[in-house]
Amino acid sequence: MYGLGQGSRRFTRRRMVGYLIAAPTLVTAARFGLLADPAKGSIPTVQPIDAIDLTDILTDAALPTMALLKVTVNPDGSASFELPRAEVGQGITTAIGMTIADEMELPIERVHVTLADARPELVWNQLTGASNSMHALYQPVRTAAAIARGQLAATAARELGVSESDLRLRDGVFTAPDGRQRSFADLAEKAAVTRTTTVKAQLKPRAAQSLVGRPQRRTDARAAVTGAKTFAMDLQVPDALPTMICRAPTINGRAQSVKNLAAVKAMPGVTDVAIVPHNQFVQGGVAVRARTFGQCIDAVRALQVNWGPGSVDGKSTADVLADLKKAEIPLTPALPLAKTIEETFTFHFRPGDPLETNCAVADVRGGSAEIWSSLKSPIWAKEQIALNLGLPVDKVAVHVVEGGGSFGRHLFCDAAFEAAQVSKLLGKPVKLMWHRTDSFRQGRTHPMATSRVRISYAGNNVLAFDQRHTSVATDFTQGLGELLSAMDSSLPGQNSLQISQAFWNFTVNVPYNFGAVTQVLDEAYAFNTFNTSSVRNVYSPDAATVTELMVDKLAQQLGKDPVDVRRSFLRDDRLRAVLDKAAAVGNWGRSMPAGTAQGIAIHKEYKGASACLAEIDCRPQTVNRKVRDGYTGPRVTKVVFVVDVGLPINPLGIQAQMMGGIMDGIAQALSYGLHLEKGHFLEGSWDNAFYTRQWNVPFEVDVIVMPPTSDSPGGVGEFGVGTSMAAVACAYARATGKTPTSFPINHDGPLGFEPYPTVPPIPAPPNETP
Amino acid sequence: MPTHTFILNGKHVSVDVEDDVHLLWVLRDVLGVTGPKYGCGLGVCQACTSHINGRAFNPCTVPISNIKPTDEITTIEGLPATVGADLHPMQEAWLDVDVAQCGYCQPGQIMAAVSLVHETRAAGRPVTDDDLDAMRNVCRCGTYPRIRQAIRQGAAKMS
Repeated sequence: MYGLGQGSRRFTRRRMVGYLIAAPTLVTAARFGLLADPAKGSIPTVQPIDAIDLTDILTDAALPTMALLKVTVNPDGSASFELPRAEVGQGITTAIGMTIADEMELPIERVHVTLADARPELVWNQLTGASNSMHALYQPVRTAAAIARGQLAATAARELGVSESDLRLRDGVFTAPDGRQRSFADLAEKAAVTRTTTVKAQLKPRAAQSLVGRPQRRTDARAAVTGAKTFAMDLQVPDALPTMICRAPTINGRAQSVKNLAAVKAMPGVTDVAIVPHNQFVQGGVAVRARTFGQCIDAVRALQVNWGPGSVDGKSTADVLADLKKAEIPLTPALPLAKTIEETFTFHFRPGDPLETNCAVADVRGGSAEIWSSLKSPIWAKEQIALNLGLPVDKVAVHVVEGGGSFGRHLFCDAAFEAAQVSKLLGKPVKLMWHRTDSFRQGRTHPMATSRVRISYAGNNVLAFDQRHTSVATDFTQGLGELLSAMDSSLPGQNSLQISQAFWNFTVNVPYNFGAVTQVLDEAYAFNTFNTSSVRNVYSPDAATVTELMVDKLAQQLGKDPVDVRRSFLRDDRLRAVLDKAAAVGNWGRSMPAGTAQGIAIHKEYKGASACLAEIDCRPQTVNRKVRDGYTGPRVTKVVFVVDVGLPINPLGIQAQMMGGIMDGIAQALSYGLHLEKGHFLEGSWDNAFYTRQWNVPFEVDVIVMPPTSDSPGGVGEFGVGTSMAAVACAYARATGKTPTSFPINHDGPLGFEPYPTVPPIPAPPNETP
Repeated sequence: MPTHTFILNGKHVSVDVEDDVHLLWVLRDVLGVTGPKYGCGLGVCQACTSHINGRAFNPCTVPISNIKPTDEITTIEGLPATVGADLHPMQEAWLDVDVAQCGYCQPGQIMAAVSLVHETRAAGRPVTDDDLDAMRNVCRCGTYPRIRQAIRQGAAKMS
């Protein structure tokens, strides 16, 4: 129950401004950007992360078009909001639904949050990345909802002939002191305006919020557990038949000709076979379209293709390592009289794909195109697909579909480009899907990197922290890079170090008073030599792991406890609070058997602070457990994770995201990598690339969400990864007495599987009788 | 084109499709039953896990010709009907624990979980950590700890 008349204390002092928008029913929007604090400089080149970070940049870029996001009150009294972001499991549809429901006093089931089609007029306000969505959207969405509530209240008061302050509002129904009622359904049309006007919003104060900050189960959970949730692969678009691409045996190899085109075309179920030429957006290969994906798989396997060279033919892991070494910028000379700790770390390629493989439905016929896919930069996709197809932008409709995971992968629109291209080529609608084996072998990966680092110290003071991170170039061309550079980053030379360095500078940090901190990124290769992407962040998990392992080495040199040494050098109170909490709840320093140990790490990013305490078991009886076709290895047995996100919107969802980040961190530290051999990756299934499976899962995972420390929600989706990867690495070092310097830790051990052949590019499906 | 018949979610179905097409594609591409998901097509990720005659299996590994007319196939869509309710207790547990993130693997996880509970019941023992460790279903979102919690909770409610 929300009383509207309990004086101004019921409302926040902060007066937000927005619009009543001319429409048949009540429609509102927030005005931001014009009134918000002036942007902190458009896109600065280099500034310390303490002043501005990637979260600020993305939010500032989104603000000017916030007025285009509308909350609509429907004739049935429910509210609708078209979210200009991708829902890929991170829970933003639930969090946005909570925000609107809370501000409007509606049950959350009556707030319908759907994913907006690509809307070019939103410019940089339809990019889902860098865990920025709630940070950017919370206040504007709240403001629009508050304006709707205010206008409904004014209308109800007029209708009932009472003063607004006498009304009480509950579950979308206003009640006057005499018991007469008006529901949102009664008011939706009456509250509408015929001319758009500017109004002031009165936001609920924090104390009156009833949903924000309380655990909320996901609004799409029932659809998920009944199989009703619809992913791109599940769409039933007329005549959009299953389509796959036969891909090259080496990375980015091009199809030159097909020896048995007629024979494959004649295979059962097959309707079309065609070479897809390589271009800037499409790897290319040979497309097959058939009645079922099973028949596509058979056709792909039957194709005999003459393949041209790929982009890294002949290269293996050792060659890339040598190329990275050549690209490395030397450390500055060590300070005289200082003691130093120096180490070089290697981070191998790691797979980037979610469980749902790349998929898009496309219908490109008759001078227009319609595309459905899980896209995190749909505006960019729409514009570039139009360019690629030679169509006007307004003839290309791009629908954003809920994604089966992303982890950064859907910042890249590969399946949408391919589907559009193939549909145009065949003149027919297609539902294009990647095979799992292709996703490991030709998909986007976390870029391989080395990190050389040196701590210089004298007595108990650290004088300098020097880091030279040298990475395989990361592709930032699809949307994110455009925003960072405010120019087309795919022009020659534009996805160069400037964008990667911006990303590096605005994400990585050393949260300690370590004197002169120098963290420098350099890259090897062009952005498209390897196919790379963000994989639940690009640099910060590796950077955090490096920093935290080095801090443990420092503690050892100083003869201090790892928690004490962190506490003494920290320069952030929120980090100190989460560290202390993790140490206390996780019983830091408890006695543990030989071969097992605790590790602790902290990480600061996304306007938040996090700490992770991990316990690991590296004893032979654990490491050598046998699981068929699986990797066991050291087991993380317990994790305590503490996170301060500023303002937590949905603690249950935040715990879920941290839990996911922990599983990711475990995998990235211990087991989940790719082996490059002669121009291709050896891994081809989930039994080759060892992402965390149940036999690797900790028995205890405790995620603690700290009480609010801010009015604004920080980022959540990627936040758990770096901290837990670092904590697992630190625990491993303490359990084994040896600092790991190559990640994942199992990478240099014996290959744990028999690689599939590269021709045909995908394996035969099993033939079982149940 | 040969005709294949079997029982799908309690109803007799008959479908014209080549013998060597795997059941997953018959379900998804021909019959439009999309609860079972594609995650590998190799019997590895378990995203398509469904039941055949009450036992978990992967439709991506079985050609339609290996399915008999008397075989009863249950997908996630047909799971609630096996207990005559709107939702199976395992689905209820999943909602209560708020397991799903992206949700893509969850139909397969739930079908595997129900089968696991049936197996351990038949063996006259509770679900153990070793049983949970042996589950092969991939969840790339990393909901594993909540899956373990939900299976224990769902098992307690299954009659």
